[in-house]
Amino acid sequence: MKIKKNIALSDSGFVFDPATGDSFTTNPIGLEIIKMLKDGKNSQEIKTTILKKYLTDEATFEKDNYDFLNMLAKHRLTEDHEKEKN
Amino acid sequence: MKRKKINVAVTGLNAIDSPGPGVPVIRALKESKLFDVRIIGLSYEALEPGIYMHDIVDKTYQIPLPSAGKASLLERLNYIHSIEKIDVIIPNFDAELYNFITLSDKLKKEMGINVFVPTLEQFEDRHKANLSDYGKKHKIKVPHGKVIFSVAEIPKLTKEFSYPLVVKGKFYDASIAYNAEQAYTYFNKISAKWGLPIIIQEFVTGQEVNVTAIGDGKGNTIGAVPMRKQYITDKGKAWSGISIDDENLLTMTRKLIKSTKWRGGMELEIIKTNKGDYYLLEINPRFPAWVYLAVGCGQNHPGALVQLALGKEVKPFKKYDIGKMFVRYSYDMIVSLKEFETISTLGEL
Repeated sequence: MKIKKNIALSDSGFVFDPATGDSFTTNPIGLEIIKMLKDGKNSQEIKTTILKKYLTDEATFEKDNYDFLNMLAKHRLTEDHEKEKN
Repeated sequence: MKRKKINVAVTGLNAIDSPGPGVPVIRALKESKLFDVRIIGLSYEALEPGIYMHDIVDKTYQIPLPSAGKASLLERLNYIHSIEKIDVIIPNFDAELYNFITLSDKLKKEMGINVFVPTLEQFEDRHKANLSDYGKKHKIKVPHGKVIFSVAEIPKLTKEFSYPLVVKGKFYDASIAYNAEQAYTYFNKISAKWGLPIIIQEFVTGQEVNVTAIGDGKGNTIGAVPMRKQYITDKGKAWSGISIDDENLLTMTRKLIKSTKWRGGMELEIIKTNKGDYYLLEINPRFPAWVYLAVGCGQNHPGALVQLALGKEVKPFKKYDIGKMFVRYSYDMIVSLKEFETISTLGEL
């Protein structure tokens, strides 16, 4: 999954889509994941980073990450036509 | 740089739940780097708030309602001009534009007053009632529409439309009717206020976006700022909004201004569907009440309009700030009865 290129992120977790004017807030983990998506990291790389850095198990991460990515897609923050093939 | 002193008369000083663009236009002019503006307010009713905003409106005169016709407007403007030496008039209401458009040559020739408004053809063509033809002519998507003059035409609408559909007044007001009963109600309500015809329009769902823009009358877009409403009142008016980065909207605006050689300020009301199609809902032939957002974004559209009205060459704005917001608020002014009495009885304050 790819995040829209023009999405603006601030360190406070404020996410702004300049094309629609929509804005959102996310928690620090969400922000970290969006930043990694913006840097072009795939889900495997994101998973490895999060599991290494935080005290959580793979199943919990997979479930929460799935929900989070769906939420990003629902709010049209992703580029639908460029779905990740991994 | 020394600013040139000019006298600008502005209408639309009202600020009810559907506010007029007059006060934001005045604020924009007051911030002009080119002009030192003396503002002459032109009001229709004694309770228009702009009349009492002495920090931005220097003097106000009542003018006759548009229904009184051109002759009485001209006579009144003659009187006001004899005192105030008006350089430019900026009309801000759809309903008064016909009179100002048809008087603009006379005002220029006989009094030297400049009015930079659309031509009569531009004004008539973009009328809500003609929107379907307008879309075809300028190759822009518009929702299917039909003009009706009687409630007797409502039952037949199902041949062309499915519910919900939008019932619109010729100047203002629009309501979504989910069945024929509601269509009858809105037809009567809106026609009682704004007259006939009533426009029936296909209901297109999506995100409502608006553009405030200005054309130089030669096909050039001098400025355009797209905005998305963030907080909408029950009248459908933006109480807060944000400037957005949408090249499709700007392209659509430039295309329309080029194709029509639009002259003056305008507001485009557009629906962006979930599929990414853009449907033009309306063209308002004057600045919107949120035009001050454009100033906040770096494009002073009313300032540019005054320059164009005075025959100056204006370079198009090349950029604007994205993600700038406006948040509207209401403010209770304390007004002395004496002032209300003066404007009510003498017609000037």
